[in-house]
Amino acid sequence: MATRASSPTRRAKGETLHDGFLRHANFRWLKIATLLCFLAIASYLMVDITPRHNGGSWYGYTMGTIGVLLILWLTLLGLRKRAMTRGRWSLKAWTSAHVYLGLSLIVIGTLHTGFQLGWNVHTLAYALMMLVILSGLFGITVYATLPTALSNNRAEMTQVQMLEAVRAIDRQLHDAAQPLPQGQAALVRQSLGDDPFGGGLIARLTGRYPRCATAAAQAALRHWTGDHADTGKEPLEKVDALLERKQAMLARLRRHLKLKALLEIWLTVHVPATFALLAALTAHIVSVFFYW
Amino acid sequence: MTERVRIAIVGSGPAGLSAAARAAQLGLSHLLIEKTDHLSDTIFKYQKGKHVMATPSQLVLRSDCDFEAGKREAILGRWNEQAAAQGINVAFHAEVKAITGTGDPIPGSIQKIVERKRDGSTDIKEIQRLAPPYRLTLSDGREVIADAVIMAIGTQGNPNLMRVPGAELPHVQYQLDDPAEYNDEHIFIVGTGDAGIENAMGLAADEAQGNVVTILNRSTEFASAKPANVKGLMAAAEAGRLSIMTESTTAKIEPGFITLDSRDGEVKLKCDRIIARMGSAPPRGFVESCGIEFTSGDRLAFPKLSPVFESTAPGIFVIGALAGYPLIKHCMNQGYDVVEYINGNRDLKPADEPILAAKFASLPEKRSVAEWLEYLRTNVSILEGLSPLQMREFMLDSEVRAYRAGETIFEKHDAGSSLFGIATGQALVEVAPRANVPIAAGSIFGEVGLISGRRRGSTVRAGTDSIMVEVSRSAALKLMSSNPPAKRAITRISTERQLLQMFGAGLTPADLSEVLDSAEIQTVKAGEAILTEGDLGTDIYVIRVGSMIVEKKIGGKNVFLSYLPAGSYVGEMALIAGGPRTATVKATVKSEVIRLNGDAFARLMAAKPALLERARRDMAARQDVNAFIESRKDSFSTVVDMYSETAKFLVDNGIGEATDVLLIDEHLCVGCDNCEKACADSHEGLSRLDREAGRTYAHLHVPTSCRHCEHPHCMADCPPNAIHRGSDGEVFIDETCIGCGNCQRNCPYGVIRMDSVPPKKPGLLSWMFFGQGPGPGEPSKKWRYKNAEPGVEKPKKAIKCDMCSGIDGGPACVRACPTGAAIRVSPEDFLTVARLDGQAN
Repeated sequence: MATRASSPTRRAKGETLHDGFLRHANFRWLKIATLLCFLAIASYLMVDITPRHNGGSWYGYTMGTIGVLLILWLTLLGLRKRAMTRGRWSLKAWTSAHVYLGLSLIVIGTLHTGFQLGWNVHTLAYALMMLVILSGLFGITVYATLPTALSNNRAEMTQVQMLEAVRAIDRQLHDAAQPLPQGQAALVRQSLGDDPFGGGLIARLTGRYPRCATAAAQAALRHWTGDHADTGKEPLEKVDALLERKQAMLARLRRHLKLKALLEIWLTVHVPATFALLAALTAHIVSVFFYW
Repeated sequence: MTERVRIAIVGSGPAGLSAAARAAQLGLSHLLIEKTDHLSDTIFKYQKGKHVMATPSQLVLRSDCDFEAGKREAILGRWNEQAAAQGINVAFHAEVKAITGTGDPIPGSIQKIVERKRDGSTDIKEIQRLAPPYRLTLSDGREVIADAVIMAIGTQGNPNLMRVPGAELPHVQYQLDDPAEYNDEHIFIVGTGDAGIENAMGLAADEAQGNVVTILNRSTEFASAKPANVKGLMAAAEAGRLSIMTESTTAKIEPGFITLDSRDGEVKLKCDRIIARMGSAPPRGFVESCGIEFTSGDRLAFPKLSPVFESTAPGIFVIGALAGYPLIKHCMNQGYDVVEYINGNRDLKPADEPILAAKFASLPEKRSVAEWLEYLRTNVSILEGLSPLQMREFMLDSEVRAYRAGETIFEKHDAGSSLFGIATGQALVEVAPRANVPIAAGSIFGEVGLISGRRRGSTVRAGTDSIMVEVSRSAALKLMSSNPPAKRAITRISTERQLLQMFGAGLTPADLSEVLDSAEIQTVKAGEAILTEGDLGTDIYVIRVGSMIVEKKIGGKNVFLSYLPAGSYVGEMALIAGGPRTATVKATVKSEVIRLNGDAFARLMAAKPALLERARRDMAARQDVNAFIESRKDSFSTVVDMYSETAKFLVDNGIGEATDVLLIDEHLCVGCDNCEKACADSHEGLSRLDREAGRTYAHLHVPTSCRHCEHPHCMADCPPNAIHRGSDGEVFIDETCIGCGNCQRNCPYGVIRMDSVPPKKPGLLSWMFFGQGPGPGEPSKKWRYKNAEPGVEKPKKAIKCDMCSGIDGGPACVRACPTGAAIRVSPEDFLTVARLDGQAN
């Protein structure tokens, strides 16, 4: 509608400005992956292998080859993500394909086994593959649900700003605690010495910090402030208010760290399991051909 | 009591003092007349300890008095000593009241003095000029008879006054004697010339004084100040010692408060003192009464002078600031030169002669410098208002070149922001292959580059053998700020070309002349409406600078309809279809519109059916949008609300002046920062975006990253002129960056960083398999420090987004986003109802 004299816009009319990796190109890779699974299942049912379906039949080899090629290609996402080469590629499209083709491996891999599982290196490879896929499923779930919460929680603050805010309160606490007697000052010092990143993995992932020195300090100080009327002049009241603010800021920071951790933690399973899978897969393939 | 001298010198500033010194050296009888009790009152009134500069640096000083950059006190002290040592004859406390000839009437020499009255009428007085010698009547009743008079009275006689309500209040002052006098005050400095900047710095220099100093600039540039001063001011602002408000003008002054019109609308601020340093106009009445004519009736015009500074009254010479030359070195040289001339030395060339002679040396015809200057001044229309003296200064900053017929002056897409004036010959603008539009001698071209900073839009060749003046961007801005007629001429030409380009449809400049005569350029404040829904009116508005949003009131709420970038027009609907305005059009940022008279435009459309057709098509598209919004208002009111609010948020965050902006959908962003890493890996290892910082509304995040503004603030003050707009609209910084940091300070969105290129990283695979190097993304400071080439300090240069221009595949940030959260949009693409349609479905 705007009557612009200069060059027309670069984007074609009607092209969607943005959709996420799951909806990419109108679910193109979901459709392709579904078709692949459908073909695999249909042929599994139609092909008659004697005595029964197994990994060593021609059908089993076909599925195995497709599977291993897919796994190798899926692994390449890590390279694609980090290699900023020129050219018209989109990491979003790669992610989309990675997700849906990765899920299709459940079908392809399982059909490849012919449902023959046991305590051997072959089933180890299968189990590792399922572990990778399951961790990936967890990843998809958090990617789809957590970004909104992350955005809401940070309220335009960056992580650095949150830490800076905590430090600013700490400085005020330090000044405000000067007139306090020894015992009370020790409590405040404990809060000051507390590492906002400390508490270990469980605390990080749950967002619960039972040994939080700030909470402990505040609870202890409340014993003193509890029976006194608020005069607005007591140094302890100021310290109490500052501890309250620090608690609120810590809560936001911890929520932020929790969400970030959840968005990343699954990769610590997904990626190492992938490499374990590649190793097991090598053993699986070598052993199959060795004992041909 | 009458004294008789050979030369009377009025005013003891650098020009007068230098003239008197030369007269004393030559043994001529002279009298230096000074109205105060000390020499050089203008410099005497400078702030204590002010550093006086000696520009232009390439100019040699030719005077019997010394002068070099230094403190005010040192300079005045040396001059006092030298004046005494050379035996200069000074009359202090003497003000000249009148200068009249005592000889016979000069035949045909009649001075016409036009007196403008407040009611707009004029009075013309005619005075018969009399031949020298002149009688100077002084305020103390003395009379001096002189063969020649040198007027060196400067311009401080009447400083330009503020013309806003409250300007007469006692806390508005036009002079700052001692900045140490003021403590704990909120002080506003109006005017961004050297005086204003120095006052501001003086008041803010000592933090213990506790002054809150703000300097107001009506534009974004500091075109009339010395670069060193501007740099100092920027550094002071950076350090938080004072603040600079750009694009702000004073609207009202009240005791204790000042009201400003700023980019963001009207603001009222606490203010204890206003120091207005808005330049000064010549003390014209007195000068004219002496028989000296001015170049034009314009308030800022200078006296008509011959190349030897002789005015229209024979024997009266005008030098220094009054002659249009405010720089001390020039003044002193002129004093020397004029006395030499009066003493009969006809061969003396001005001190800048060799510099200019070198510029003219390559031209085909052989003329003297003075002849060339006059030739260019009379042949290039925008230079006509300049005095010969100003012309000299102007040419020092400009180039002149001869072109053979067919020779290319600049190519399409060349970077360049200079303006060309055609002295002789013709320029051919290639609008399409083998289709040229001629531009005749006297006119200008290249003004689009000057105004927008964009690359050259077309190739221009010389049509015939030509001589062209190339005016650098800074010289052109100075010309426009100091010479209103030149500004008007450039504005008219650029307006005409913008209309021709916009409407196309086979229009010629001749067709547009009526519309152009009625055209008026208006400045619109941020948030101000040019059209209001329901009002009557048929004028058409063309957006020249800035951008607008269109809103319509539906069910008591303002619904955002669309975004109009510069180069769009509005108002045709009421003109073609009749009836009141159907929507409100408001400025998103401080903008400029060209207002075209509706009737004149209607006549033009009647004469040009193709134009009418074009306008009808545009109107139909707009009516569709209106109808669409109307139809959706009930069923999708929440969606429409959301859309309107989001649009407002984006406009508030500078998207109104953006051409291409990175947005992040926080429904999708997982915070992996792969966009930043990709940016760094695509550009020498430095990221030009900060994903996490920036504002967010409804999960739409505007990260700290370049918006590629239509009128980039960063371009405003780049000493090497290293910031350009590329062919895809990207604003980029080229390799000539000197790392001064002006652009970083001028960017309101904080997207420019100063950094040096980090050492080269090992390849990706060696990182992956052998753990070499810091991995993808920007290397840490520690790694950079450890791996820096020893002994080599790489300069910090300005770094900003260049939209990955020249990189196949486009912006790396978008390509590298794994979830599709990062998108790049241009506002007119993003802020349309088409999006609303998509969301509703």
